[in-house]
Amino acid sequence: MSKVEAILSQLKDIAANPKKAMDDYKAETGKGAVGIMPIYAPEEMVHATGYLPMGIWGAQGKTISKARTYLPPFACSIMQQVMELQCEGAYDDLAAVIFSVPCDTLKCLSQKWKGTSPVIVFTHPQNRGLEAANEFLVTEYELIRKQLEATLDVKITNVALENSIAVYNENRAVMREFVKVAAEYPQVIDAVSRHAVFKARQFMLKEKHTALVKELIAEVKAMPVQPWDGKKVVVTGILLEPNELLEIFNEFKIAIVDDDLAQESRQIRVDVLDGEGGPLYRLARVWQQMYGCSVATDTKKGRGKMLINKTIQTGADAVIVAMMKFCDPEEWDYPVMYREFEEKGVKSLMIEVDQEVSSFEQVKTRLQSFVEML
Amino acid sequence: MSLTQGMKAKQLLAYYQNKADQDAREAKARGDLVCWSASVAPPEFCVTMGIAMIYPETHAAGIGARKGAMDMLEVADRKGYNIDCCSYGRVNMGYMECLKEAAITGVKPEVLVNSPAADVPLPDLVITCNNICNTLLKWYENLAAELDIPCIVIDVPFNHTMPIPEYAKAYIADQFRNAISQLEVICGKSFDWKKFKEVRDQTQRSVYHWNRIAAMAQYKPSPLNGFDLFNYMALIVACRSLDYAEITFKKFADELEENLKAGIYAFKGAEKTRFQWEGIAVWPHLGHTFKAMKGLNSIMTGTAYPALWDLHYDADDDSMHSMAEAYTRIYINTCLQNKVDVLLDIMEKGKVDGTIYHLNRSCKLMSFLNVETAEVIKEKNGLPYVSFDGDQTDPRVFSPAQFDTRVQALVEMMEANMAEAE
Ligand code: SF4
Ligand code: SF4
Repeated sequence: MSKVEAILSQLKDIAANPKKAMDDYKAETGKGAVGIMPIYAPEEMVHATGYLPMGIWGAQGKTISKARTYLPPFACSIMQQVMELQCEGAYDDLAAVIFSVPCDTLKCLSQKWKGTSPVIVFTHPQNRGLEAANEFLVTEYELIRKQLEATLDVKITNVALENSIAVYNENRAVMREFVKVAAEYPQVIDAVSRHAVFKARQFMLKEKHTALVKELIAEVKAMPVQPWDGKKVVVTGILLEPNELLEIFNEFKIAIVDDDLAQESRQIRVDVLDGEGGPLYRLARVWQQMYGCSVATDTKKGRGKMLINKTIQTGADAVIVAMMKFCDPEEWDYPVMYREFEEKGVKSLMIEVDQEVSSFEQVKTRLQSFVEML
Repeated sequence: MSLTQGMKAKQLLAYYQNKADQDAREAKARGDLVCWSASVAPPEFCVTMGIAMIYPETHAAGIGARKGAMDMLEVADRKGYNIDCCSYGRVNMGYMECLKEAAITGVKPEVLVNSPAADVPLPDLVITCNNICNTLLKWYENLAAELDIPCIVIDVPFNHTMPIPEYAKAYIADQFRNAISQLEVICGKSFDWKKFKEVRDQTQRSVYHWNRIAAMAQYKPSPLNGFDLFNYMALIVACRSLDYAEITFKKFADELEENLKAGIYAFKGAEKTRFQWEGIAVWPHLGHTFKAMKGLNSIMTGTAYPALWDLHYDADDDSMHSMAEAYTRIYINTCLQNKVDVLLDIMEKGKVDGTIYHLNRSCKLMSFLNVETAEVIKEKNGLPYVSFDGDQTDPRVFSPAQFDTRVQALVEMMEANMAEAE
């Protein structure tokens, strides 16, 4: 096995076995894990406690049964899965769960956790241009800090926070670099591998992840760049899973040259800047700087333009909109984005992401005819 | 003699509802500004600035009630709006697209010509507030983008803990000040703080009389038919900062008080059980839902939805923290515990015997906590409840047969409880 293959396989293992990642971490450090609900939480704060932040992004192909009691069928697919897992006690080993509430579904979900872990809820301000919004968020973060300290019986010092911020900034920078490398070497980093590198990030300490990805990048870059005879796309949405779906991308030689997925690049889009203000203030400013996301209010509606720019910068042939089933914030963004794509002659295809399904024949046919058309 | 002299409350309601739309059309014709607003966004700032207001949710509800929703939903569908998006929003985006097309081409599209929708003009700006849902942020982003007009956002953060903290009020009040300065730029004139005080006082008078009406449901038998609150809601939404609402509500409350004195009750002698309605009305089937309950001699004497507009605050508070609190304490913008407390209070005041939950296909926020809300309330007061599937304006979701079966079951439970108590 080549070095590249070895690293990818390690990351794929972690991505596929979050429970094991958590248990290993516990065995190694004696500390537990804290769940991070989508989409944005100041994960750095959890990192600063020494606990492992674990992303909670649903599951694949689980039949919804217990969750039916608590959620009508028109709740988004990912939260159906999360609810099902809650009912099964799958998250009960978490020492706490941090919940942001930037959409109507999450507001409700934050009030009905069925597991046993304590839930820490906070609200993002949506009038993001104002300084008052930063101040509001700092206070929310102070409350998170207090609750984490009380629940985990640790002290979150500024020194630890600053260290965690540096760790996260580095990881984000390395991941942005990785996105570029993956775009240049689609023969080496296919869609499945690309996703695994992002997904493993949710279940590991970021410094460890950074080290592996750095190594991966160095190995890949040592190889010659090969011409790509397939198509290139930018993908957007909440997430693009499972591997069966990504394998269709591989099969039709569709390279993902950039993404705007909530689970992937939106997580690494904005760094915590240096400058004036304590760590919590600078963490709050990240939310102010966030852009191109359906749950971060933007009255200028810049997401479509951002995606169009991404296609230009990467030379992509099209945008693929991975529409999370029943996700209304994403569905509201779509018509405006679609009109802008049409106006600028950017080709696009919308495919539905339903975490409950396990058959991908329909998507396959659609992707195939789309690729033929490009 | 004034036009409204001698009018009954019902006539005043129709008169002022039309007048509000007429005001907006005239403003547009004069070249004055028109603003489209979310239903529980604060109108005080725009009204102070003399801007005419239109309320898309009320407008969409009207279209739904007049059976015109499907045409507008189809327009939205063609523009890429998924059926999963709130039907108020889709009806409104459909309507907006029609108006936009008419403005660009000079020709009214066929669906608009045939629509029973009240004729309202395109906005020059929009104002939104997420105290009832974050959908209103997405919807108004789209209005602003598609029309290329300014969007004022009043963000009232979800109150995951109660009571409402000071820092939340401070943030909201800051946004009020920011909205004022945005408006000064948009209108090209400075804000008249004296008039602002008058507008706030006016709003408080409207709210006062609105609450007088709702309070009539405490009497047993009730002089108020709760479904009337759904009808009169149009004015507390659209005209609470004008005297239109005050005049109408005062009249209606007076009429109800007179009826009470004279022993005239909403259901005459037929009131047997009383229920709480939780959720938005099913506008396209309002008549059916009302008649079904009336047929079972069950009267609505509690509903939290119209009570969203119980926006009482201290109009003399220059910090605007009190006003901020009024706009953020909406029960669906608070934690489950508080939501339950609000409903329990309404049930107690209305002396209800059970609850009907509207599981609204359009409204995630007003649906996804229904199970938990119902369970906790049942635990507290033991009263029976049922749930039915509906949608406030998409007529396809509601099934009259399902509704009838469910409410029949509820009424049987309520009557059994009464028999047991006797
Ligand atoms: S509705 Fe969309 S943004 Fe909200 S939880 Fe579901 S997937 Fe996430
Ligand atoms: S129906 Fe629900 S989603 Fe739609 S605008 Fe009203 S509160 Fe928001």
